[in-house]
Amino acid sequence: MQRIVGAVVPLLAAVAAFLCAAIILLFLGASPWEGFTALVDGAFGDVNSLSQTAVRATPLLLVGAGISISFRASVINIGGEGQIVAGALLSTIVALNFPDVPRPLLIPAVMLAGVIGGGFWGAIPGVLKAYASVNEILSTIMLNIVAVQFLNYMLRSPLIDPREIEAGTRIPQTERLSDNAALPTLIDGTRLHLGVPIAIAAAVLAYVVLWRTPLGFRLRAVGHSPDAAKAAGIPVKRSIVAALAMSGAMCGLAGAILVFGSEGQRLITDGTSAGFTGSAGFNGIVAALFGGLHPLWTIPSSFLFGGLLTGATSLQRALQVPAAMAVALNGIVVVFVVSSGRVRERINAMVDARKEFDRATNDDPPPPTHEPVEAPA
Amino acid sequence: MSEFFTVSVLVATLASGIRLATPYLFAALGETVGQRSGVLNLGVDGVMLLGAFFAHWTALETGNLWLAVLVGLATGLVMGGIYALITLYFKAEQGISGIGIFLFGLGFSDLMFEVKIGSPKFTKQLPDVDIPFLADIPEIGELFSQSLLTYGAFIMVPAVALLLRRTTFGMNVRAVGENPQAADSLGVSVNRVRLTTILIGNSMAGVAGAALVLEAKVFQPNLTQGLGFIAVALVYFGAWRPLYVMAGALLYGLVQATVIRWKVLDIISREFSDIAAMAPAVLTVVALIVLAGRVQAPSALTKPFERH
Repeated sequence: MQRIVGAVVPLLAAVAAFLCAAIILLFLGASPWEGFTALVDGAFGDVNSLSQTAVRATPLLLVGAGISISFRASVINIGGEGQIVAGALLSTIVALNFPDVPRPLLIPAVMLAGVIGGGFWGAIPGVLKAYASVNEILSTIMLNIVAVQFLNYMLRSPLIDPREIEAGTRIPQTERLSDNAALPTLIDGTRLHLGVPIAIAAAVLAYVVLWRTPLGFRLRAVGHSPDAAKAAGIPVKRSIVAALAMSGAMCGLAGAILVFGSEGQRLITDGTSAGFTGSAGFNGIVAALFGGLHPLWTIPSSFLFGGLLTGATSLQRALQVPAAMAVALNGIVVVFVVSSGRVRERINAMVDARKEFDRATNDDPPPPTHEPVEAPA
Repeated sequence: MSEFFTVSVLVATLASGIRLATPYLFAALGETVGQRSGVLNLGVDGVMLLGAFFAHWTALETGNLWLAVLVGLATGLVMGGIYALITLYFKAEQGISGIGIFLFGLGFSDLMFEVKIGSPKFTKQLPDVDIPFLADIPEIGELFSQSLLTYGAFIMVPAVALLLRRTTFGMNVRAVGENPQAADSLGVSVNRVRLTTILIGNSMAGVAGAALVLEAKVFQPNLTQGLGFIAVALVYFGAWRPLYVMAGALLYGLVQATVIRWKVLDIISREFSDIAAMAPAVLTVVALIVLAGRVQAPSALTKPFERH
């Protein structure tokens, strides 16, 4: 029974969020039924939209799996946005400097650069938390702001496309990056690219590391009880740094995939981090929570939220409901999912009380656990 | 550089720094009250965006700027009610639910803007009011010619300090934030105190949003650009004391005003101003490192109250 409740409550949260969406649609004068049809059709209707959904789900999955790692160590990583940007920047710099390296080498190199960039940006709040007891929620948020301003600076000055300066337009973007670094398309005519399987592999890797390696065991031990972990000789401080660095590395990989899986093949900024990341650093938290902070469950969960993002775009086309709807809905889902823990407790308590009540009011003796052995005749 | 160090330019920069500190101050003081009772609200940025949008919309529709401020406050109250339900009744994890509120505010204000207003439209600005005599002082009179909302923000500093230190309610707030079990055993309703502080904090965030949008005169999606998060950091920065929080807010306003002024005067290049835009966040991280371990957060911060 407890297990069923555990599975049903997130679904209830989703239903409640969709009710909120229906109310918002009604309020905007659109038919909720038509809205949901447009959304589902736009997200999962045909091969094209399915690939688009998978592509949109990729950064959510990587951020979500990364956040699952840090959460298991009881570290809250809200720095996904900044870590995505850091990974994107470092991988872009690698591609700009080594454009002629052959494809089979350059793609792994830029992906690795993303991992390193994000991992480094994630390790900073880790070190600050472990060795200077700086609250990681605040430091990761501040590092998001630093990262995006640094991105703006880099794209306006050192990394700007020389043609933008010549033309005097000065759009903050790099030149078109080497085709040797572009992630190849998997199905012709769709947007589905190599980044999608890379992300799934990374999520599986995150699962393996967390549950099948000594490092993962240490992280989870620290997450359960830092004191007990310390008493058992686990290096708590280093584990905290590792958790945030790994979490950041996943986000950094997402940044690299965003750059080299993009249609423009270049890094561009509109001055905000959301312009480049699509708020994946925050939306990934939603996917991770919905997937129960488990890297493997985050795979279907992020596909669902990727679908919400693609669906919202067609919702905008069909019913003129702005795509910002998806962001608002994500917020509502977070609120419902984090609130549902209490609901689960309450339902479980009610179930227990019911059993207690049944036992107390039932005159019959409780059923024997084993069949009484019949005496031989 | 010499053109910056003239009295008139310095005073003008100081004056605009004070003006720019206004939204930080409202939001951070509200957050201070909440955190002193043990409630972390990371959703400030989202509440500010909602407050800003509804205040802007009101100003456009009615032309009444004070009604707009009131609507910003009311928006904050509504969001406060929701946040109280989430954190006090459902006892949800505060860091994460704050992000939920932020995302909702970010998306919903954007959505409403595109549906109801669509393109940038300008409102009037709150008029500057001269403080008698002070505003007439030659050279520095400009400092005492600000909007009533700015004066209001600075009056809130002693008001919040007195509320926390000298009133029964303030004692309850601090007790609930440090040791809710003990407060409860003495008959203080922990959740009722926290409900009140959440409502105060969120309505001040709503006013902060209104102050921001009325100063900018125009709304755009993600208008705050993380200002609400910095306001939360300012509370740590100010060690949960209204006066220090004010010092932090002023510092941020001044840094911002100086960078803008330098850019206008061509003292710094465009490139450098991009680098300088990182200053507030870097400053915050440095301050967090320096202050960590030296100041003590309210003991019950982020911990939901459970009666044993």
